Amino acid sequence: MRFFCFHLMPYSDLDLSYTEKYNSAWVTLPNSYYDPAKGHALYNRYLDELEYADELGFDGICVNEHHQNAYGLMPVPGVIAGALARRTKHAKIAVLGRALPLLNNPLTVAEEFAMLDNITAGRFVAGFVRGIGAEYHSSGENPAESHDRFHEAHDLIVRAWTEPGPFPFEGKYYQFNYVNTWPRPYQQPHPPIWIPSQGSRETIEWASHPSRKYTYLQTFSPVAALAKYVAMYKDEAEKQGYTASSMQFGWSVPTYIADTDEQAYRESKPHIENLVNKFLRMPPEMLLPPGYLSLQSMKGVMAAKGAITGRTQTIDDLLKQGMFLCGSPETVRQQLEGFQKQIGFGYLLPMMQFATLPHELTRKNLVLFARKVIPELRDTGETPQPATTFKHST
Amino acid sequence: MDEPRRTIERVAACNVSLLRGGSGEPLLFLHGARGGSQWLPMMEALSQHFEVFAPEHPGFGRSETPLWLDTIGDLAYFYLDFIETLGLEYVHLVGTSLGGWIAAELAIRNQTSLATLTLVAAAGLHVNGIPKGDIFMWSAPELARNLFHDQKYAEWMLLAEPSQEEQDIQLRNRLTTAKLAWQPRLHNPHLRKWLHRITVPTLILWGANDKLIPAQYGAAFRDSIPNARLEIIENCGHAPHVEKKQEFVDVVTRFLQGARP
Repeated sequence: MRFFCFHLMPYSDLDLSYTEKYNSAWVTLPNSYYDPAKGHALYNRYLDELEYADELGFDGICVNEHHQNAYGLMPVPGVIAGALARRTKHAKIAVLGRALPLLNNPLTVAEEFAMLDNITAGRFVAGFVRGIGAEYHSSGENPAESHDRFHEAHDLIVRAWTEPGPFPFEGKYYQFNYVNTWPRPYQQPHPPIWIPSQGSRETIEWASHPSRKYTYLQTFSPVAALAKYVAMYKDEAEKQGYTASSMQFGWSVPTYIADTDEQAYRESKPHIENLVNKFLRMPPEMLLPPGYLSLQSMKGVMAAKGAITGRTQTIDDLLKQGMFLCGSPETVRQQLEGFQKQIGFGYLLPMMQFATLPHELTRKNLVLFARKVIPELRDTGETPQPATTFKHST
Repeated sequence: MDEPRRTIERVAACNVSLLRGGSGEPLLFLHGARGGSQWLPMMEALSQHFEVFAPEHPGFGRSETPLWLDTIGDLAYFYLDFIETLGLEYVHLVGTSLGGWIAAELAIRNQTSLATLTLVAAAGLHVNGIPKGDIFMWSAPELARNLFHDQKYAEWMLLAEPSQEEQDIQLRNRLTTAKLAWQPRLHNPHLRKWLHRITVPTLILWGANDKLIPAQYGAAFRDSIPNARLEIIENCGHAPHVEKKQEFVDVVTRFLQGARP
């Protein structure tokens, strides 16, 4: 297994009493709740934490994109990835991802990712997402076009990376006379592409297609959802005539380790509960604008109404569903080993800081995970193929 | 009283569901974002004087979603085809909300088959500084309460227990509305430039207490369409044809009957 430390960079100084006046930490929570002096300290603290993860031997570090919210402060994740590119030396840097349908010009992502890939000599992983529902309210992009724009922007970016330019691109949403991206990517034919998702049949069928074979990441979901979509991907791969490798699967999950189970539970409880009840709080109209899910998926969600009614959740709810890894190093190691053997994912993306978890506890969490879990599990499952990088053809 | 007939018409390679009833000059009613699956009491009343045609727009209700459907302008062209295919002449075109927007877009393109135009709480314009309600952000109770001035209509809407088929239709109507009107929200920035082309007698009807598209938008339509007058209905929200059914029917009937040259 390979281990990528995931960070959302939340505004952890958020005044949590905001819920008395506002129904979400997204879209409409006034930005007067954001204090730039605290923000300055937080950005630098979080960069320190990711750089520390590199020093401690994590295989990768991950950032992502969110807009107009307190949950994740990286509307332009390339800024953070750029800062990390020079200060880290070993870990891969994964941007998981850019929200393609929100872009008016997807070539900017082809360029940004190619720059990061060049600067890091191929220590780069590209992530493509659709953004979450709330971001269609904050960006104004049409959620009913979300799937089609995603696919078209993806096709454009991959062609920009792999086909000699200049060439014209004739899409429904994007048209260019001259696609001719400088710089070209360092990794050949292009950086690995990972697809973070909450899961849907459409996404699995698309990601698993033999022309793509992208690594599918299950993000912050019950472990049963991970098992379901990994199995669906494997079945789809067999139907398409190949066997999926475990390196085509990753699991992103908040993780907290302390010396004992009891201590881990006690120290993480307020912070993990803040994550779901304060930072992720969202009414269904904000979370699921029309078209964000297919009609079929939307009907499924409506049928399981309870899941989105915003009921307050406790740490016990999350532990029971396998949405949170928490305990002593031994407990977490055993759980992970069990899940890995049963489900067969090759990447684990532990989110080592979440919501209001303070710096000292985050550092302790990173150290314990890196020293007591990673070495024990690194040889579990398959190991990835080394990346192909650019060679002079002279 | 004749029951309305439900038929399926094929227009522009799309099967659409149509309710029709009554006799007289044709009245084509274009429904709003919440759909047009029902024969409403006001349609029954209007069908005493007119032959009422109430189709469900492509992408809504029991009509198909054609591949060509991207914008409100597509629906404007579709209804020009619809009028031609059904061989209608001297059509009284009545549109409410999203349907009013379609009607205005149709009329700026070609009004040769129109007798009159009636826009009811129509979408389509934006006036800087006069915000509209956010139908996509409102919860179901907020939507119901904001659509009606008389809250008993909101209560009825909230107490309704739609069947599975009706729920599916609501999801689909909402999806198509987003596709057509999410951005720019509920308007076409270029519509106002061409409203001066509308020369048929035009009635603009608005509820004084419309919280979705405030009544100032009625004045904006009136000021841009040469032969238009505005009637404001007091104590009324976004759906005068439901909330003030009798007043709506009276005003519209008087206007349509008075329009004959």
